[in-house]
Amino acid sequence: MKRSIEVDLLSRVEGTGALTIRGQAGHVEEVTLRIMEPPRFFEALLQGRGWEEAPDITARICGLCPVAYQMSACHAMEALAGVEIPAAIAALRRLLYCGEWIASHCAHMFLLHLPDFLGYPDLIAMAREHGELARRGLRMKQIGNAMMRAIGGREVHPVNVRLGGFYRAPEREAVQAMVPDLEWGLQAAQETVEDFARLEYQDMERDYEFVSLREPERYPILGGRIVSSGGLDCAVYEFEDRFEERQVPYSTALHSVLRGRGHYLCGPLARINLNFDRLGPAALEVATRAGFTVPCTNPFRALLARAIEVVQAFDEAVALVRDYVPPEPAHVPMEPRQGRGCGATEAPRGLLYHRYDVAANGLIEEARIVPPTSQNQGSMEDDLRVLAPRLLEMDDEAARRQAEWAIRNHDPCISCATHFLDLRIERA
Amino acid sequence: MKVAVWKFASCDGCQLMLLDCERELLTLGEVVEFAHFPEASSARVEGPYDLSIVEGSITTAHDAEQIQRVRRESRFLVAIGACATAGGIQALRNFRDVQGFLEAVYAEPAYIDTLAASAPISEHVSVDLELRGCPIAREPLLETIRAALRGCLPRLATDSVCMECKRRGTVCVMVAHGTPCLGPVTHVGCGALCPSVGRGCYGCFGPKETVNVAALEGHLEAAPEAIRRLFLNFNAGAPAFAQAARDEAKHRG
Repeated sequence: MKRSIEVDLLSRVEGTGALTIRGQAGHVEEVTLRIMEPPRFFEALLQGRGWEEAPDITARICGLCPVAYQMSACHAMEALAGVEIPAAIAALRRLLYCGEWIASHCAHMFLLHLPDFLGYPDLIAMAREHGELARRGLRMKQIGNAMMRAIGGREVHPVNVRLGGFYRAPEREAVQAMVPDLEWGLQAAQETVEDFARLEYQDMERDYEFVSLREPERYPILGGRIVSSGGLDCAVYEFEDRFEERQVPYSTALHSVLRGRGHYLCGPLARINLNFDRLGPAALEVATRAGFTVPCTNPFRALLARAIEVVQAFDEAVALVRDYVPPEPAHVPMEPRQGRGCGATEAPRGLLYHRYDVAANGLIEEARIVPPTSQNQGSMEDDLRVLAPRLLEMDDEAARRQAEWAIRNHDPCISCATHFLDLRIERA
Repeated sequence: MKVAVWKFASCDGCQLMLLDCERELLTLGEVVEFAHFPEASSARVEGPYDLSIVEGSITTAHDAEQIQRVRRESRFLVAIGACATAGGIQALRNFRDVQGFLEAVYAEPAYIDTLAASAPISEHVSVDLELRGCPIAREPLLETIRAALRGCLPRLATDSVCMECKRRGTVCVMVAHGTPCLGPVTHVGCGALCPSVGRGCYGCFGPKETVNVAALEGHLEAAPEAIRRLFLNFNAGAPAFAQAARDEAKHRG
């Protein structure tokens, strides 16, 4: 008997997509994650634009992680120009980026993901019975946004970032005024890890190949080498030699694969698995207390990985703010030259790669942008393939809820990858 | 009051401003019913809706049909952000050949459904209020919801970033440093952020009402090509900015 279950859209993700699972108990025929976000053609509209415009134009790819786009674009152009960024500017960038990690992670954890664990349709319903937790989450998110405002001018599409640094460095007093909120945030984030450690996590283990950046001494945010749990270790400019983007007929996002190896996973779970030894003392201590160890290959525990990263971000932010001296000058002057520049940074959702071919007059001839969600599409489908036999035995409502939850584990940003998910389970 | 939030081609940043009202969000959730807000809730209630907040531009045949349905089901329809009010950065395609765009991004362009132009919501249906910005500002959004609760829509400021900048007491970047700045022709609303960091306004809020762009163009100290690109941004689809870009292209000649 042929059965088909349809949901018109998958909620609590950023953007528009659809999901189909076809088969019967014991036999999964097909799993496809379809991304239907209307294409916006950023790579094409960057052609003929000035190289200095790339950070502001690419920020508009994603309202949730504009800083990630700005930073990857800056890194690419700075690599092209052969410019070294002074430590004080790099520190201010890292502080801005910590703000985005906090705001984006808290939005995902509390507004999108946690309602699944606690059984609510959304944060507002959840707050009626878990008021303290909801308010704490919102306040942490608010602090992340305040950091972006203090440094970038606004939280969505900051205006103060430019190639080589910043238009104007914020005053020392304005930055240091954040200390009390950041100290509160650090403690709130630690409590959150402990609260999340007490949640019930369903069993699921996967054999992901994890991919992230790795910095020489710190937890990866801005730069480093690209490494994987399968032994990959390459420079950012080698990305396109090692990774390949493929188009599939049912999606407006391109799928990435590691050449010769297949699907892989980037994002918080990948970062923490590959860089556990780079966590600062506060994050390491709370992870240990919460019983979080690596390797961790249960995608549902990505919630916990994200929460530990929020501790890391607050902890770094406190130190960066205390040591903050406005960089002088606020940016390094740069001249365009003909050639190719590649840059990668760790967006909240994972590795974000940019490559630009620039003409001698500074106009962009070609651009390539690989966002984390398109890299994770294959692994998200694989997760559903692993879950499918379980899903096909559940009633429709439970199966839909479970499939959506599994997708949310990876915090897909479908706007980045190219709109929302509509879920269809067809039972043969 | 039943509120719906809809998304078309966009970056999610404008609807995120609603979730970025951290202080107000839980109270808001008690005084209005978010009947359709897929980014924030899996609960969904059928229309009609008292207020529809619409983000994004119309770029596909499917979305062109969908916006008609949203209009039919909504008492107030408010378009938010540069994508919904001017077509967004993706309206740059309107100046170029879409097939070429498709081929630059996708290996198999035949799979992709897209319209030739990226259009603001008002080009498809009547819109009751537009909130400008890339992204929109938080306060006008809250003011819109407050007003809608009383059965009306707010009157919002329509003057320029330049006025806002003067009120802030920022030294003029154009007069003092010759930095090209769209402040005199750009709609108020951001708080005059760019001049406050020593940068020229790059037009996130689009052209203000009754604007004389040509009068500004003669004062911008930059090459025509750079000025053209300054207008061809997030509000490239707004008629006044599109015209300015065409004028500059002629100068370049």
